[in-house]
Amino acid sequence: MSSMLAQALPADLPPLAAIKPRTLSLDSIKPIETYRDDFTYRNSAGAIARFPFPFPEDNYMYSVNIEPATVGPAGSIFEHWFDVDEHYRSEMAERALVLARDPRRCMVMPHMQEAAWDTLEMLMEHLATDYPALFSLHREGNHWHWQNRVLELDQHFTFGDASTLPCEPLEYITRQAQGDFAVLDQRDGDLYMDAGIVTCPADWSLAFDAGMSFKQWHAPVPMAHQMGVFDRALKYLMNIQVGKPVRRLNWTLTINPRMDTSPETFHEWGHERGQVTADNVGQLVHLRVELQFMPRLPRSNALLFGIRTYLISFDELVSQPRWACRLHRVLRDLPPQLIEYKGLSRYHSTIVEWLSQFDPEA
Amino acid sequence: MSELLDVRVASVRQLTPLVREFTFEAVSGDLPGFSAGSHVQVHMPGTGRPLCNAYSLLSDPQQRQHYRIAVRLQEQSRGGSRFMHEQVKEGDVLRLSPPANLFAPHSRAGHHLMIAGGIGITPFMAYIAALEQRGGSMELHYAYRSGLTDTYLEELAARLGAALHPYDGRAGQRLDIHQVLSDQPLGTHVYICGPDSLISDVCQTADALGWPAERIHWEAFAAPEPGEPFVAELADGRTLAVPGDYSLLEALEQAGVPVPNLCRGGVCGQCMTPYSAGEVDHRDLYLSDSERADHLMPCVSRGKGGCTVKLAL
Ligand code: FES
Repeated sequence: MSSMLAQALPADLPPLAAIKPRTLSLDSIKPIETYRDDFTYRNSAGAIARFPFPFPEDNYMYSVNIEPATVGPAGSIFEHWFDVDEHYRSEMAERALVLARDPRRCMVMPHMQEAAWDTLEMLMEHLATDYPALFSLHREGNHWHWQNRVLELDQHFTFGDASTLPCEPLEYITRQAQGDFAVLDQRDGDLYMDAGIVTCPADWSLAFDAGMSFKQWHAPVPMAHQMGVFDRALKYLMNIQVGKPVRRLNWTLTINPRMDTSPETFHEWGHERGQVTADNVGQLVHLRVELQFMPRLPRSNALLFGIRTYLISFDELVSQPRWACRLHRVLRDLPPQLIEYKGLSRYHSTIVEWLSQFDPEA
Repeated sequence: MSELLDVRVASVRQLTPLVREFTFEAVSGDLPGFSAGSHVQVHMPGTGRPLCNAYSLLSDPQQRQHYRIAVRLQEQSRGGSRFMHEQVKEGDVLRLSPPANLFAPHSRAGHHLMIAGGIGITPFMAYIAALEQRGGSMELHYAYRSGLTDTYLEELAARLGAALHPYDGRAGQRLDIHQVLSDQPLGTHVYICGPDSLISDVCQTADALGWPAERIHWEAFAAPEPGEPFVAELADGRTLAVPGDYSLLEALEQAGVPVPNLCRGGVCGQCMTPYSAGEVDHRDLYLSDSERADHLMPCVSRGKGGCTVKLAL
C-alpha cells in the first residue's frame, strides 16, 4: 500500500486483438500451482493475452492516474469488478498457507464489523452474478445460502451474525476472492486502514500499517510528497460514490512468481534479488502488476481497496514483441530514486541489458 | 453503471401541513445500498427548468427495498419543494442520483449527540436505525413547531425513550445549547442538521467550550438561495444569462455544460470551477480565502449584481 502513488501510470490494455471473450467454467481454472518453493506457477496463452501490461508509453511519469472503473471489453481484466482467472485455486491455496503461518495477515478492528459484512455482500453479489458457473447466492431476508463450486463450499448463514460462519466475515469471503483487500474507514477528513486481508503484498505490511491514515501509510513514497499528489488523491478517494468505483494500475518487479513478498517474510525472498544472471532473467524476473480497485461500501460508508496482483515472467512477456520493446525503454529510463524504491538496484542493469535484444533501436 | 436511478413513488404521506413523505422503490433491479447520513438528489422533470434538490435518506439503511425522504414546503421555494408537494403522485417515476454521504456518523465516537431543527430530523432517522443496530450510545435534541414540523415525534419517543429531548417552539420550549454541550462525556461527537442559525449557534458554543473541530459535524439544507441575475462567460466565448432564481450550476447544466457535483450546497467541493474575471459572491463553505481568488463553487456562488464572470470552462 505504501507504493500506491509513486508509480502512477494510466491504465492501459494490451493490444486488444488478442483478448477473447471467455466463459469461465470449472475447467478453466487450473489445478493448484505454487507461488513458493518449486514455483510451478505459469500463465497460459490466454492469460498472457489478457495480462494488464501497464505502460501506455515508452517512458512514464508521476501523476494521480486514478480513473473511473468503467466496464472493460469482454474477457479483459476490466470486464467485472472482481476478476477471477485460471489461477483462482492456486491463489486461494496460497492465501490459506500464509494465513496458517501468520494469522495477523487478516485484521478487523471492532468498529469495522459492518464494513466487513458490507465487503462480504459486495463480493458475493458480484461473484455470483458475474461467474454463475462458479458461484451462487440465494437470499431470503437474512438467511443466505452461498455456494462456491471451485472450492466446493456450501454455506448457509445468517447475514450479520458472525457465529453462523466458520470464521469472521471478511476472512471468510476473502479466502474465496483473488487479491488483497484493505478496508478503509472514512472519518476526520482522512481514510484509516482499520481492516484488511493481506497475503500477497508488494513489500508492505498490514500489521505495520494497521490504523494508519492515508498520509501516514504513504510516507515512504519518494518524490510524490512535493507534488501535492496525496492531497488530491485523498480528496478524490473520499468522494467516491456508491456504484462508481475507481481504479488504477501499479507495478513492480518480483523475483520468481512469489505472491507473498511481505516485510515479514523478507528473509525468505530478499536474497533472491542477488540470483539474477544474464542466463536466468527470463525465468526468474517477473513483472508484477496490481489492479487497484476502489468501490464505496454502501452500508458502512467505508472504502474498499482491492489490490489484485498479476504476475508474468519475462519469458512469457517477451512473447508479445511490443511489450518487450517498451519494457526495455521504460526500465532503461527509470529515475534512480525509483530503481532504489522498487528494490531493483541489484539487478537493474542485468535486465535492461537482457531486454535490449527485443528493442530494434537499442 | 448508469448515472441516475429510476425510481417509482411507492407511497406519499402528508405528515404535517408542511411536510410530505415520499417512499421510492426501484423501477427495475435493486436500489443501491446506502449508509446513515446519505442524501440523494431528486431530479424534477417538467418544471420548465433544470431543478434538482438534495434530500437526506431517512429510511433504515438495512432496509433493501426502498428509500424514503421527507420534504418541507419552503415558503421561498424556487419550485423544488413546491413541485414535490403539488405534482408528485404515487406511481410517478422520478430520477435520483445514487446516494452519497457527506454526513456519516463517526465510527469511533463514544457517544452520538444529535441536534435537529425541524425538517433537519431526516438524516437522524437513518442514524438512529444504524446506531440501534450497532448498539451505539446516542441522544437526540429535537426543536420543532408542533403541528407543523414535529415530524416523526411519536415514533422517536417510542424508540428513544429518555434519550429524546423535544423542544416545541410554539410552546416556548427552548433548546439550551450551552447546557446540552456542557453535559457531554468525553468522546462525544455532536451532529447538527437544521437551519443555518442553529448550526452556527451550536458550532460557536461548542467552539467556545473547547470542543475540537473534529467532533463537530453538521449538514445544512442544500437549496441555493436566489440572488441577482448575472452573466457567465465560457472559455469558448459563449455567454449565459443566469436569472436570479437559477444557480450558476443549473444555468450551466441547462446550457449543456455539465459540472461534477454531489451536494449542490457548497460543501462537498466537487463542482469547483476556475474563473478569471468578475466579482463573485462566494457562498460556499469549502474554498479557502486564497482559493477564492480564482475558483468558485457554481452550485451556490454567483456573480455580483449584473457583472460578468469569466469561467475557465
Ligand atoms: S456540488 Fe458540492 S460544492 Fe458544489
